Amino acid sequence: MTDVLLTVKNLTIDIPVGAGTLHAVRGIDFTLNRGEVLCIVGESGSGKSLTSLAVMGLLGKRIKCTADVMDFDGTALLKASAKQMRSLRGARMSMIFQEPMTSLNPAYTIGDQLMEAMLLHGNATRAEARDRAIELLEKVGITAAASRLSQYPHQLSGGLRQRVMIAMALMCGPELIIADEPTTALDVTIQAQILRLLVDLVREMGMAMILITHDLGVVARVADKVAVMYAGELVETGPALNVFQRPLHPYTRGLLQCIPLPGKTERGAPLGTIPGIVPSLVGQVSGCTFRTRCSEATPACRDTIPLHADGPHCFRCVHADGQRHDKKESA
Amino acid sequence: MTHTANDPLLEEITGPTPGQLLRKRVFGHQGLLIGVIVVAILTLIAILAPLLAPHDPYAQDLMARMKPPVFLGGTWEHPLGTDHLGRDYLSRLIYGARVSLLIGVVAATISGLIGTAMGVAAGYFGGRVDAVVTFLINVRLAMPVVLVALAVVAILGGSLTVVICVLGLLLWDRFAVVMRASTLQVRQREYVAAAQAIGASTPRILLTEIMPNIANNLIVVVTLEMAHAILLEAALSFLGLGVQPPTPSWGLMVSEGKNMMLFEPWLVLIPGAVLFVLVLAINLMGDGLRDVTAPENRS
Amino acid sequence: MFDGQDMTPPTLEIRNVTKTYSVKQGLMGKRKPLTAVRDVSLSLRKGEVLGLVGESGCGKSTLAKILLGLEAPTSGQVLVDGQALGGQNRLELARRIQPIFQDPYSSLNPRKSIADIISLPLRIHGIGDAASQQKAVRDMLDVVGLPARVMNSYPSQMSGGQRQRVAIARALIMKPEVVICDEPTSALDVSVQSQILNLLGELRREFGLTYLFISHNLAVVEHLATRVAVMYLGRIVEETNTGDLFDASAHPYTQALLKSVLTPEPGLGVPDTQLGMAYPNPIDPPSGCAFHPRCPRATDLCKQRAPRPVPMRDGHVECHLHDPETPMFERS
Repeated sequence: MTDVLLTVKNLTIDIPVGAGTLHAVRGIDFTLNRGEVLCIVGESGSGKSLTSLAVMGLLGKRIKCTADVMDFDGTALLKASAKQMRSLRGARMSMIFQEPMTSLNPAYTIGDQLMEAMLLHGNATRAEARDRAIELLEKVGITAAASRLSQYPHQLSGGLRQRVMIAMALMCGPELIIADEPTTALDVTIQAQILRLLVDLVREMGMAMILITHDLGVVARVADKVAVMYAGELVETGPALNVFQRPLHPYTRGLLQCIPLPGKTERGAPLGTIPGIVPSLVGQVSGCTFRTRCSEATPACRDTIPLHADGPHCFRCVHADGQRHDKKESA
Repeated sequence: MTHTANDPLLEEITGPTPGQLLRKRVFGHQGLLIGVIVVAILTLIAILAPLLAPHDPYAQDLMARMKPPVFLGGTWEHPLGTDHLGRDYLSRLIYGARVSLLIGVVAATISGLIGTAMGVAAGYFGGRVDAVVTFLINVRLAMPVVLVALAVVAILGGSLTVVICVLGLLLWDRFAVVMRASTLQVRQREYVAAAQAIGASTPRILLTEIMPNIANNLIVVVTLEMAHAILLEAALSFLGLGVQPPTPSWGLMVSEGKNMMLFEPWLVLIPGAVLFVLVLAINLMGDGLRDVTAPENRS
Repeated sequence: MFDGQDMTPPTLEIRNVTKTYSVKQGLMGKRKPLTAVRDVSLSLRKGEVLGLVGESGCGKSTLAKILLGLEAPTSGQVLVDGQALGGQNRLELARRIQPIFQDPYSSLNPRKSIADIISLPLRIHGIGDAASQQKAVRDMLDVVGLPARVMNSYPSQMSGGQRQRVAIARALIMKPEVVICDEPTSALDVSVQSQILNLLGELRREFGLTYLFISHNLAVVEHLATRVAVMYLGRIVEETNTGDLFDASAHPYTQALLKSVLTPEPGLGVPDTQLGMAYPNPIDPPSGCAFHPRCPRATDLCKQRAPRPVPMRDGHVECHLHDPETPMFERS
């Protein structure tokens, strides 16, 4: 049973900068089914946050965003009017940001901010919205929910604020939640609690979630599907189990080797590294953008890179198994 | 990986230095360039006044009073005409630039020194120093500048020195406020803690770690306060409590011309226009400097 | 006082250090004491890496500031090679203990060239002339793996990893004995983080450095540290060698922390730490054991009496569960 909620094909985001164009996201495809958690993982500057903002229709006017298909349950997101997008956002898809302190308005109470979305979309009375707010605060594990409604954001701890953000995102019963680094600003103990909560809620309410993160540990524990992003492209996508147990793209493999695993990595031994830095995406970008840092790189990496598919597990590399076999003669 | 050596994607440390970046931004900023050019020209005129002025600005010629400027049918003998005492208007205007710029520069320097010292001390040391400085700033902000200046000048008598001192001692509030805020921000930076951990002395930290990073804000406030001081001098002189006649000052010229304003409006319009141009140019320069010296990575 | 095998004093020793701030609550509120570090003692031998872990607000950064001489302890002593540092001048302390900070975007002065930044310690301490300082900087750049031509560059021209290498070069140019690494990789991307961790490991072996490694990332601490101290609300609640701590932690808080580590192993799901939500307010700490409101194994005794440090294996633990004097029925 596949119940597709979101389809994105060939999404491209260009940002005009001083002299030229920053090709921030280049031709990425993914689909998301109801009840599924998709993790987009990548380092800073990989374009993962821009991708999520594009889905929400929150990119500024200056930024050029095109796609062959960007379909949310039958609505073409790029062709939708501003009014249509507004009625989708908050109601059917909502977003959770990294820093709960800056995403909550310090001048309004928690209650006002929770009820705002519901009242805005005009399908509830104040009393109904209030009941729903209390119900959701309890659901996200906040005690004495009714009395919290009259508190202001600064009176809550970071973990509580993030819970309020989650409750706020759930107010209108969305079908899609986009969480952009929801736990990066939190302590590890709180991170585990918040992630558990998010995953449980997604399962229980049958929603779909896109979780954006740089932390492969979070991805491994939360994702059904993984999309690894590097310099504006999806280099590897697939079911979480496949991607982590048999990473095929050299970048994914390299990333996994960079992380020490307690009990598995030898203590004090050198960790794997990926030398070099992310290339500039301003101006002409061609071939595999990872070639400058890749241990498997060959001259063919400058050409168009084919997409290999092993069932749902896809990756983009000149080598059919992500590895070079002629190491001695080249270079 | 020799084949990647000349790869266009391979970007190492090749970006512009802060100096190069600044140069590029300066020459790409029209407002700043216009402001700087106008201020530079006016400064040159002020410095070279004795060479440029066609007449002695103090020489009266009662036979040639109220001559109109050339564009109103006057002669090239007095390109901008003469005032009610027959003094050459262009010469007085040129010498007036000296007064305005002198007051602007000196008053802004005095208040800049006072305000920066107070603001940086308050921001860096915090605690009681901050409480005292904040109190002083509030006291100062509660005093109306023009009224205080009027009172002081009325008591001590108007002269160039008095006006400069009064303005210099009154206009430090914005320096103190801005420098305090910028220092507070910069001192949170870890490079300050790193310098402390290295064992750097407090004066050294203030001079080499804090000051270079708040200098851009300082420059902006300097230009704003220069413009402010020039306008205040003009206002005081207009009220007869600033620079005293016969010293040529633009404010004084407006004041002297105001009696004839209905018959010979150019007497007021010409000094008013140069004053406007100078203050506008200084403000353009300040705005431009703020834009080009904004911290790196801001587009 | 010293044990039989090793007569040399520890490279770094912290004795009963307490730091109390006075904090004002609200506009009209009264000043209240906030004890950020409460009677902490630690010692580090040459070449050891002590990992200091704990949630934000537990006092680990305050402890680092005390060690760097940026804050004076309210009471207690810091000793390097057996010498107390309290009365000594700042320069002496600076020679021996150097920091590496978390955010390489904030730890380098953007108005200074890389050569100026790295040579600053030499210039402040008046070591060598300009030429020898230049040479020292060049050598140091080589040690941290940067090309010599970056000397005339500025921080804004460098990536996060390169900046962190500059910060390391600055910390090591005085050949300090102890380096305080305050979350040195948490602002960096994963691929860069491992490079910096490897570099820190190499430098330790090469120069015989002693690290205090503060981090919230337990996987990183496990990899790099030889000993680990777990801090909670200003106290070190458990301290022992890395192997024991990760294989068989004693304190319920340590156990919860270890459980919350998310390793990139699929299929394990998100762990349930069984910790209550809120980290307590340090101005108003809980009675008895500070951890009892969040502890799944708390008893009445924990609410009433604070536990005492009990020697255990290679270090100590502060928990009634492991105190032999705790009545048996309470411990079960």
